[in-house]
Amino acid sequence: MLAPAPLPLESLPLRRRATIAEIAWGRLALPEARRLREFGFEEGMHVELLHRATLFRGPVACRIGRMTVALRRNVAAAITVTVD
Amino acid sequence: MSILPLVALVGNPNAGKSALFNALTGARQKVGNYPGVTVERHSGRLSLDDGRPVELVDLPGTYSLDPSSPDEQVTRDVLFGRQVGERRPDVLVVVVDAANLDLHLRFALQLIALGLPVVVALNMVDLAERDGLTLSAEALSRELGVPVVPTVAVRKRGLDVLRAALTTAVEGSGKQAPAADAPEEQPIAQLQRRAREIARAATVSETPTRRWNHALDTIALHPMLGPIVLVALMFVMFQAVFSWSEAPIGWIEGGFAAVDEAVRGAMPEGLLRSMITDGLIAGVGAVLVFLPQILILFAFILVLEASGYMVRAAFLMDRMMAGVGLSGRAFIPLLSSFACAVPGIMATRTISDEKDRLTTILIAPLMTCSARLPVYTIIIGAFIPDRSVAPGVGLQGLVLLGLYLAGIAGAFVAALVLRQTVTKGDSSGFMMEMPRYQMPRLSDIAIGLWSRAWIFVKRAGTIIALTTIVLWALLSFPRAPEGQSQVDHSIAGRIASGIEVVVKPIGFNHDIALALLPAMAAREVAVSAIGTVYAVDDAEDAAGARTIVENLQRRWSLPTALAFLMWFVFAPQCISTIAVTRRETNGWKWPLFMVGYLFAAAYIMAGITYWLAVAAGL
Repeated sequence: MLAPAPLPLESLPLRRRATIAEIAWGRLALPEARRLREFGFEEGMHVELLHRATLFRGPVACRIGRMTVALRRNVAAAITVTVD
Repeated sequence: MSILPLVALVGNPNAGKSALFNALTGARQKVGNYPGVTVERHSGRLSLDDGRPVELVDLPGTYSLDPSSPDEQVTRDVLFGRQVGERRPDVLVVVVDAANLDLHLRFALQLIALGLPVVVALNMVDLAERDGLTLSAEALSRELGVPVVPTVAVRKRGLDVLRAALTTAVEGSGKQAPAADAPEEQPIAQLQRRAREIARAATVSETPTRRWNHALDTIALHPMLGPIVLVALMFVMFQAVFSWSEAPIGWIEGGFAAVDEAVRGAMPEGLLRSMITDGLIAGVGAVLVFLPQILILFAFILVLEASGYMVRAAFLMDRMMAGVGLSGRAFIPLLSSFACAVPGIMATRTISDEKDRLTTILIAPLMTCSARLPVYTIIIGAFIPDRSVAPGVGLQGLVLLGLYLAGIAGAFVAALVLRQTVTKGDSSGFMMEMPRYQMPRLSDIAIGLWSRAWIFVKRAGTIIALTTIVLWALLSFPRAPEGQSQVDHSIAGRIASGIEVVVKPIGFNHDIALALLPAMAAREVAVSAIGTVYAVDDAEDAAGARTIVENLQRRWSLPTALAFLMWFVFAPQCISTIAVTRRETNGWKWPLFMVGYLFAAAYIMAGITYWLAVAAGL
């Protein structure tokens, strides 16, 4: 069996559980990266995309742990996940 | 004076810290400020089991000891004993959200490592249970090595046990060796792993439910439905401000009329009676009458905030705010500014990016604050016909909504221009925790409303009473000779004649010129000022008491009224706003800039409105 292809969190289908494969920390502004870590984002964590503000590519809401966090698209694009 | 032991409440945002603080201290709380910074200090007294009082302080919520905004900085400095004006706490109550243990425990671990005696309040256990999560406080206590008390702050559950644990902790606090100033920092990822292990050990059972929360969000955050719901909520809010307030406004008017009559009956005619009736009662009454509307507006905002909807609104608005160089985070201070710009500007402290924050402060006064409502209401009431354009949709309400939207549009344009010029810089992004929906508690809303009502009444009794009396004096002296208008002859009338030269091109008449200056003290004074002008002028009139509305209709043209409304959309803010801006930006540069650009915008927009209206033949 092939391992599921990694994709950016931004493109994950809604309500599909996935695991964070990689976060491109370098692409994020320093305060952004720190807050992301504080919210518990790191490699190996499970995430799930809950909502997308599709109008003009608004932010996304995703679940990490038992918390819902809103992120902008550029941040969600820096997070690579694999579908569980 | 003996110094009480200091107990600090500390924890992540959305852990229910403030609710716990309210539950523990009740009404015995004090709101102050930390010196040098503009972060509010909430403190209160609490009696321990042995009757000994301790001082309880509610520290601003933060995610770690690495501050990214001014209020988070205060929390860190207090914990390390470096905050000016605050002792280092003797005991910490670490508040964690039971349903969000992974994250909240990480910060709790950092706090426990500080070495101060700690009691953990495992808060909102009821929500966690409803969420399908059963936790063991005993297991958690074993893992953390500190007492853990399950609490439901909003239902006052677990408070006695918490107080008992605090009593023990305060007794033991002196005996421990003072903790190191700054303990060696563990990497966040490592702490997070440990937090997750502990959370797992404390979890008895877990089922992923959260269904209703997600169902609500499916609607509230829906790409199409979400914005519709938001606009509908705003519309209902502004309609309610008008329709629900009718009856209570009638009562207040009746009350003032009765007092006025009683004074007129009890006192001989003369200057003193004129000062009391035409000055004080007319002025204060004209403003107090708007208390019901202001309270309705505040009630809506408090409910939106307490229910958790406000953050959803921020989510929906982020894209639009990003378009003008701001983030969805700015939406919350801006929406609060609809009630009053002062708390709105103070709420910008949660915005970590300096330029983002400054831009938000500069445009906050463009959000139509409740003090402008009296002005809008009276002009709309006098000039816009009270008819419905659709079932349940009144023309007056629609015009009011239009004025609010004009303010918002103005703010967006201003933000766009500011971000390209004076506050140029990269956008700081938008990353926010979205708390669960919660049923707002009636008593919390009531406390919030009561304090707002009190502030408003106090303003009416002090600043507004004083300015109306001064204005009455300026209007009443020197006495006009027989056959001449008292207002035109008075000191105020002569000052207004000077201002009138400047504002005549934008359609403003002598009365408005007169009202503009005192309106700087507080915007709602514009109404009472006009009321006082007419009261003084009508005094010689045989017909006597006309209402303000009748006077307005008699003396103002429709284009003038519309220009006046537009002036107040952009109008230079009140003195309190200027003062809070000076405090928040640490200097006079930005408040002066703000006053300048708002004056210019108000003048230009009122002028355009006037000339368009005249051209349209209104």
